[in-house]
This record gives sequence, C-alpha cells and structure tokens, in this order.
Amino acid sequence: MSAQAPVLELKDIVKTFPGVIALDHVSLDILPGEVHALMGENGAGKSTLMKVLGGIYQPDEGDILVAGEKTILRTPLEAKGKGIVFIHQELSLAEELSVAENIYMGELPRKSLGRVDWSKLFSDVDEILGRLNCNFNAQTIVGDLSIANQQMVEIARALTVEATTVIFDEPTASLTDAEKVVLFDIIEDLKSRGVGIVYISHRMEEIFKISDRISVLRDGEYRGTLKASDTNQDELTQLMIGRSLEHTRPDLSQSNGDVALEVKGLSCGKLFHDVSFKVHAGEVVGFYGLVGAGRTEVAETIFGMRNKSSGEIFLNGEKVEINSPADAIAHGISLVPEDRKGQGLVLGMNCRDNMTLPQIDDLTVSGLTAPQSEQEIFKKYRDQLEIKTPNWKQTVGNLSGGNQQKIVIGKWLSMHPNLLIVDEPTRGIDVGSKSEIHNLIRELAGQGYAIIVISSEMPEILSVSDKIVAMFHGEIVHTFTSSNVTEDKLVQAISGIYEPENAA
Amino acid sequence: MAQSHLKAVGEILAKHGILVAFILFMIAFALLNPRFINSDNLLGVVRSSAILGVMAIGVTFVVVSGNLDLSVGSMMSFSTIVVLDLHDKLGPLLGIPAMFAMTMALGALIGFLVGYLKLNSLIVTLGMLSAIHGLTLTYSGGKNMDIADKDGTWFGFFGQGELLGVPVPILMFALLAAGLTLVLSKTPFGRKVYAVGGNGVAATFSGIPRARIVFYCYLISSFCVAMAGLIQASRSLGSQNTVGQGLELQVLAAVILGGASLLGGSGTIFKTVIGVLILGFIQNGLLLVGLEFYVQYIVTWVIIILAVWLDIAAKRGQLWSPIA
Amino acid sequence: MKNTNLAKRLQDSAIWIFIALELAFFGIAGEFLSLSDGNFLAPDNMLLLIKQTVPLGIIALGMTIIMINGNIDLSVGPIFALCAIVMLDSMTWPIFAGLGDGVIVIAWALAILVGVVLGAINGFIVWKTGVDAFIVTLGSMLGYRGLVFLYNGEQPTYHLNWTLVDIAESAPLGIPLPILIFAGCILFTWWLTKRTVHGRNAFAIGDNRTAAVNAGIRVGPHMVWNYVLIGLLVAISSATFYSASGSVNPNDGMLYELWIITAVVLGGTKLTGGRGSIIGTVGGVIAIQLMRKGLGHIGADTAMVNLVIGSILIVVLYLDRQLNRKGEEELNS
Repeated sequence: MSAQAPVLELKDIVKTFPGVIALDHVSLDILPGEVHALMGENGAGKSTLMKVLGGIYQPDEGDILVAGEKTILRTPLEAKGKGIVFIHQELSLAEELSVAENIYMGELPRKSLGRVDWSKLFSDVDEILGRLNCNFNAQTIVGDLSIANQQMVEIARALTVEATTVIFDEPTASLTDAEKVVLFDIIEDLKSRGVGIVYISHRMEEIFKISDRISVLRDGEYRGTLKASDTNQDELTQLMIGRSLEHTRPDLSQSNGDVALEVKGLSCGKLFHDVSFKVHAGEVVGFYGLVGAGRTEVAETIFGMRNKSSGEIFLNGEKVEINSPADAIAHGISLVPEDRKGQGLVLGMNCRDNMTLPQIDDLTVSGLTAPQSEQEIFKKYRDQLEIKTPNWKQTVGNLSGGNQQKIVIGKWLSMHPNLLIVDEPTRGIDVGSKSEIHNLIRELAGQGYAIIVISSEMPEILSVSDKIVAMFHGEIVHTFTSSNVTEDKLVQAISGIYEPENAA
Repeated sequence: MAQSHLKAVGEILAKHGILVAFILFMIAFALLNPRFINSDNLLGVVRSSAILGVMAIGVTFVVVSGNLDLSVGSMMSFSTIVVLDLHDKLGPLLGIPAMFAMTMALGALIGFLVGYLKLNSLIVTLGMLSAIHGLTLTYSGGKNMDIADKDGTWFGFFGQGELLGVPVPILMFALLAAGLTLVLSKTPFGRKVYAVGGNGVAATFSGIPRARIVFYCYLISSFCVAMAGLIQASRSLGSQNTVGQGLELQVLAAVILGGASLLGGSGTIFKTVIGVLILGFIQNGLLLVGLEFYVQYIVTWVIIILAVWLDIAAKRGQLWSPIA
Repeated sequence: MKNTNLAKRLQDSAIWIFIALELAFFGIAGEFLSLSDGNFLAPDNMLLLIKQTVPLGIIALGMTIIMINGNIDLSVGPIFALCAIVMLDSMTWPIFAGLGDGVIVIAWALAILVGVVLGAINGFIVWKTGVDAFIVTLGSMLGYRGLVFLYNGEQPTYHLNWTLVDIAESAPLGIPLPILIFAGCILFTWWLTKRTVHGRNAFAIGDNRTAAVNAGIRVGPHMVWNYVLIGLLVAISSATFYSASGSVNPNDGMLYELWIITAVVLGGTKLTGGRGSIIGTVGGVIAIQLMRKGLGHIGADTAMVNLVIGSILIVVLYLDRQLNRKGEEELNS
C-alpha cells in the first residue's frame, strides 16, 4: 500500500443498544482519494457505523481518528466541521424551504442583527449547483424538485465544506441511469481532489465499477477488507452471508395445483398497467424489480389498498371485486406488507392482539372477545413459526425484526388464506432468521398455499420462487420459470434491456 | 446505576403512577382535614365530578383512536339548552330522546369529517366548538333557558334524585363507565379502536375500516355528552348558553392525567375515571384545607405536567429530554 | 409540478380573495339589509375594524411563528390577563408612588416581563421535559389562570391613569396608536420570519425536525426563544388594550387561544409546521373580524358569527386537504 496516511480511521468501535450489539469491535480506515465500499446485509451494522462516523451516535468503546488525531464527534455539525460529510439515504430535507436554505441548513451565513446574508448564500449555492450541472437554482423550493434532484441537493451539501471524507449511503436508490453517471462523475472529481469516499450500496455492479477497496460487515462484526480488483461477487457474497450461496432452488414445483389467482390486464393509473399473471396453488411466484417498478403497487391493488383503473381479478376461477382490504380478506387474500413497522404491526400492542387482529370479529363469545380462542391461535402459530417471545403480553415493538415478521406471517396464516402475498419478507432481518423465513415460505407452498413473494434481493427471489415475474416501469417484462432463469437475464429484465428472442 | 434505579421507579410510576398519586393525595388530604374522608364528602365529590366524568369517558374513546375532541364543552351546552327547551315543548319523555338524537347528529358530523374526510381532528373540533356555540345561541335566542314548572316535573330525577341511597348522577356515571369499559376492553370494536389509534395504517392493512371506527368513537363521545347535558339540565332545571364552556379542556386534562397518550393507542376508561376523580378530589381537598378554588388550577397544572413527564421519562429511560 | 405551484399560489392568496369577497358581500348586502345608515365600507368603519383586530392580531403573529416551528401555545389567554393585572396594579404600588406618570414606563416594562417569563417557562418545560407542547401549554393554560385568580380573587383589577388612557387613545398622524403598534409588530415578525436566521430555522425545524437536528440547529433553545417571543407579543397586546380600558376581569382572555389558532390556520399556516406566513395571519385575523362586524352590520347576531367562522374553518381545512392530495400515490384507508 502507499504510504498515504488515512483521512479517517475507526479503531475497535463498539456500539450496543438495549439487548443488541450493533457493532462489535469494528475497525476501518479510509485513505485519501479512494472509494471505500462498505457492504453487508441489512442489519449488519453499516448504518450504525456510519451514524457513529456522522456524529449521530456515540460509540461505547473505540476511537475515531481524523487525520491521525483522536477525535470525539458529539454532533453531526462537529463531524461536518472535521470534514466528514454524510449524505443520507432517507432524504433529510425541508421541502418548504429553498434549495440554498437546505444546503446550508444550520449554517446560514449571517449579517448583522441575525439576518441571513441572502446574496452570499445564493451565489455560493449557485456556484456549487453549477459544479454539479444541476438544472435548478438556489432559490428553487425543494418540494418542487423530483426525488433525484432532491438527492442532488443532499449531495450538494457535501460540497459546502472542505470535506476530507464523504459518506454516501445508498445514493443511487432513486436515481435514473443518466443521473447515476453524473453522480459517478462527482465521485471521481472528489477522488481526484484527495477526498476519501465511503460508499454504501447493495448493488454489486456499482461497487465493482467505482470502488477501490471493499469492507464487509456481518452481524455487527468486521469480516475483512478486500481490494476490488482482487475479488469477485462470489467471494464478497460469501463474506457477507457467511456461507457460499448454493442456489438451492427447490425442485421445480409441478404447479399442478389449480389456478388460485389470475390477474388480467390490471392497471392502476400511472403506477402500473396491463399486468397479467397466474398463481397456482402450491406455487411461489416471485416479483422482482427495482424500487418503483410497480411490484408493491400490484400487490396493494390486489389487496384493495389501491383502486384499480382497469383489469380483472379472478380467485379460484371466480371474478372478484375488491375495493378494500376487508374485501380482500373476505376473499381469502392476505398481504404481509413491505413496511413491517409502519404497515404490518401495531407496535404498541401485544403479540397476541396483533396476531388476531384481522379476525377479531370472529373470535367472540356473545359479542365479547374470547381470550381463550385468541390464546390458542397465538400458541399454535408461536409454536409453528418458532416465534421467540416470553409470553403473549410482550409488546410487539420489543421483539427482534425476525420475530416481528413472524408475528405478521402468523397473523395471516391463521386466516388460512387462499393467496398469501409477502412483500420484502426479510427486509431488515438478520441472516439466520432470513433463511428460516425462506424455508417457511417453501414449506407453506408445499402445504398447498398459493404465494406471491416480492423482493429486491436476487438471492432471495432465486431461492424461493418457482416462477419469477420481472417488472420494469410498471410493466411485466417477462415471466421466467426457474428452469430458464439466470441472474444476467433477470438483471437485464429489470433494467429494461431484456430482449426475449435473443435470450431464449 | 442511578439511571437504572430511576428507570425502575419510573416504570412503576408509569404503570401505576396515577393510582399512587391518587392514594397519596387522599392520605394527605385526610390527614390535613378529617372531614375529607367523611362519606358524605366523598360522595359529594363523586357526584359533582359526574358530569365531567361522563364526558371524559366518551372523549377517552376519541383519544384512544388517535384523535382529539375540543367540541364537547360547547356540545354539552347545546344538549343542556335543547333538552330544557324540549322538556316544555315535547315533554321529557319525547324531549330526552330527541335531544340525544340531535347531539349525536353533531357527533356523527364530526365523525364524518374526521373519519371519512380524514380532516385534522384538532381543527375540526375547534371549528365545531365555535359552530356549535353559535348553534346553541341561535336555538335559544341568546337567552337563558328555564323549565317553566320546576316543581311539577320529574325531570330533576337525573340530576337530583337518588336510587337505593345512591345519587342518580353517580349511578349513571358508574353504569356508563362499566358499560363502556366493557366495550373498550372486551369487544372486537374496542380492540379495533386501539389498533386504529396505535397504527392506523397497520389497522387498515389488517382489514379494519379506520374511518368507520373513528366515526363510531365520535358518536360514542357525543352520546356521553348528551348524557352529561341531561344530568346538567336535570340538576339545575335551567341553564345559561355557556354552561359547558371550557369543559373540553378539563375533560382533556382528566384523560391525559389518566395516562392516555394524545398520539392514540393507549388509555383506559378506568384510568380516565381515576383522572376525573383526582381532579375532583384535588378541588374538594384544597377547599377543605381552606384554599381558594383557583389553587386547584395551579395544582392541576403541576400534576398534568409531572404525570406526562414521568411517563415519557420512564419510556426513554432518561429524566431530561436529550434534545440539544 | 406546475400544478403544485398553482395550488400553492392559490393557497397563499386565498385569504385575500376571501377578504375581498367578504368586503364585496357586506358592502352590497349592507345597502339592503343594514339596520343602520352607515356605509360598511366607510374608512372610519374600516379603521375601527382594524383597531378591534389589534389585541388578537398581535398575539396571532407570535402564534404563527410557534406553529411554523411545529408547536402550539394554548396558554395565551391567561398570560394576556396576567400581564394586564400586573400592569394596572403596579401603578398603584407605593414604591412607585413618587414617579408620577413615569410609572407608566415601569408598568409597561413589568407587563412585558410577566409575558416573557411565562412564555419562557412554557418553552423550558417543552424543551427540558420533552412533553408535547400541546399538553404543556394546556396545563399552563390552567395553571396561569390560577395565578390570575390568585392575584385578586374573582375581583376585577382596575386602575385608570388618564395620561395612560390619553396615550393609548392617541392617534399620531391620524392613525390610532394601537394600529401603529400592530403595524410595528407585523413588520418585526415579518422581518424575523423572512430575513433572519432564527426565522428560517423555525421553518426548517417545523418542516423536518430530524434534518434540522442533524444539521446542528439547536432545536431546544430555538423553541424557548419562540415562546419568549409569543409571551412578549401577548404582553404588548395586553398592555395596548388595557391601557385604554383600565380594567381587567380574571376571566379575560378566555378562549383567545381558539380564536387565534383559527385565524392562524385560516391564514394558511400548516398545523404540523413548516409552512405559514405573517401576512397570511394578518389576513386571517382581518377576515375573522370582518366576518364578525359584517354579520353584525347586516343584522346577524354573534350566534351566526360563531356558526359561520366555525364552518369556514372546517371548509378551509377540507379545501386545503383536497389541494394537497397526492393523487394516486395515496393508499386507501
């Protein structure tokens, strides 16, 4: 390695939260002018580590060295003062304010009497925006910008200080390809000026394209740092999940069950259109696509959370009209939603009550709730799904992600659905529970359930699905069977460059 | 170490704090003035708390469902004026149900606006506070309303009567509390109220019709208001247009004191009743100790802030807010 | 995107369109329905109308900033009364006996001190305990009212100082002093929200509190300053009003918080914070006062005023919601 001193070093960082060791003696060093990718599954500790770096969390143990000097970063502003700039994954902008006010939030230039120095503010910001080739100016209201442009505002924040380290947390999640090119140019530019870049992403192609070194975290532990030129996807994957990925696709399901769900020409405004597919009993159909491709929206429409603009839905051969989740549930459709905490659970409620919520009307004795039958349901699915909770009274908010997800799954299994839709079944769940949930999905298919799995993770889709529906821009590009699918084809399909005749 | 002790104490307080405070108050007042625990006095306090209590029970439903109701005070004035007027025009037998219907129509309107149109409940009920006040004034022509023949009616029964030695307002308060406790804690509807208040989106994803649940909560609240109006009218057999003015905030204070979160999803009728009684006993106790009635305002202020503060301090495990 | 701009512009000017409609309606309807001969739109009448908006108006300015910041203050009513009590009563205190009319300055200063201290208490409790501002100020609404009663029981407090009355009723340049004070307060708060770092930070905090914290804005002290500011404005409002009337009842200022919040919301300030304007709020208070006076002018009583204002508030909320709909992005519920 070159003799360059790292711009930033982390030594033996430990961070615990009640009941969880989020970071277990993690060390990392960032060199000037390098792109250092940080990889790991959801929940591996990447975000926590970055929050420690960004001054949002304080480490319990360990040192942070900025330019070789031991430093304590008490607040985000202090971190920024040390040249460490954090570009957040979730946009942290005030939409009613101008671009300039957002970029200099907390540090608006002052004149006498506490006045804002608008002319300095606007000219500084316009200069930065010019460097980024932005097509909006300092006075534009952020709420009027597209998501991608809002992301640019976030990035522009990094350029307001003499940054020594810039942390990008999943920066491309909502960018178009053209915008990605701009972003990568900016990163190159920063690199050439000797800035150290920390780049967090799940997208292997990007990682290999731009990074120099790659560090991997798993379950809060540091697993190693590799040179991008010396490694490959398989090795990385193995480091990340602790075993090599055998694509243990189950035997092709015979799909000889009856058609449980048939969707014909379903459309919903601009969100998706002309979606048609079938799900057989005993079959897992995977929906794969980028965020915003319309996968979740299709599921929500089938479940009655959205009103379709046209199309037909058939359940077991009968045409059904679904206008609300209650209708869907009455027809035996269940949805384990994408956002477990926001949509799946009432976090302040106990385990049992969450589980019996959709059928509480049916669990009554002379009009009153019947705790006895509720208890039985809870026990049955706690045992079947191996949910780890001290008792039914436990508030769901206190359970781990995996156990929370099992509560949601149990909630819907107890309804004995004709169709089970699972949206991002393992988001934010630790590796162990992940494979448990995958096995569970397979098991349920074996028992004859018709299942739709929506996921952004290719290994997940590959390992659970019998059929894979690839979506791009609100349309179904192609439906693969597990015998003819390859990772390449899938990637092409969801990026809109798949041509079936060539691929066949 | 100190932190964890604080947390343990905090947790106990958070769980049973309101009861502990209640008992401490009772003991303190009893020591200061023996007349305080005299059964007549205690009964008197409960009786005078009945109107506030009946309203607070209804508002508990609204708060648990994640909303607010600032209109109950002016709605109570409305039902009082209306029932007094109808007493003379239709007779009490028809007048009482007619008043209930009219009051609950207002509740249904609010329920529609907040539930189905998803408008912010604070502003809607603020608007309704003003609008219903106007409605009441229009109805009465701005004049006080009195029953013509105060001696010749049995209407006073609800406010002044006794049944088996128990004052009727207390009986109504108790029955309503018992009945609605059953509804909130033991029926599917009650469970849905908690779900909607705890996480409206998740409730919808579980097939619960959020709008309808919110609508019913306001309907229940207006039913309770009508009941309070009935007791008020019956007790005095005459009333001003502003009889309920300001009660909305006392009601809310009682519900918060009972530990319901304004964010929804928590709170019980039992705790609200305790909250109401605390307010009542503080008022009474302070008077008996020889302090003016308005001292209760200051004491209530301190108690509300302390109660809510300790509750959230226990939840975050830190006494002071970490905000810089 | 243009659509949202149009919607925004509509929202920003809505209150003035509404005022214009009110003026037109009452001007015309007044010709036919009015019991009095006076022309509703006569300058004298309009000036009086604006003068009557002053007490609520000044407080509403402070409430606007509080609400932009994402908080609320329900305790302005009792602060209003308490400032007046201290101001009027202090003029009779023996220690100030030798000051002659100089006592007026002291009385005003004491009123302002009371407002600022009570506001700061609210602010510190909100900051340090982390209890929701709604609950904190609901509590202090009761508590401060208790202090009001503690002062003089249920008796009104009164003291007429004719010099003070003359000052309060004076009209430099032909404009009543209260209106000038109101104008000064409008200018100051407008400047604060539009031009200063503090004002811009209020928007940032109300809009996205996490982002503001991460950007290093000190949210706690910021809130305290806002509560101090509204306390100051309540004191100015109270001093302006009671200098002329010279008498305060312990129940004065009750329900002020509701009128003021109504005006602020009518003026386009978002309840959840992040959006709002001083000019809009001025429109809001004027619209309400116009409604009161106008309905009175055409023979309707206060009952009708309450009914109409309450209904308008709900209609405004409904329209606001319709304009801000996210369309097909939104889920059913």
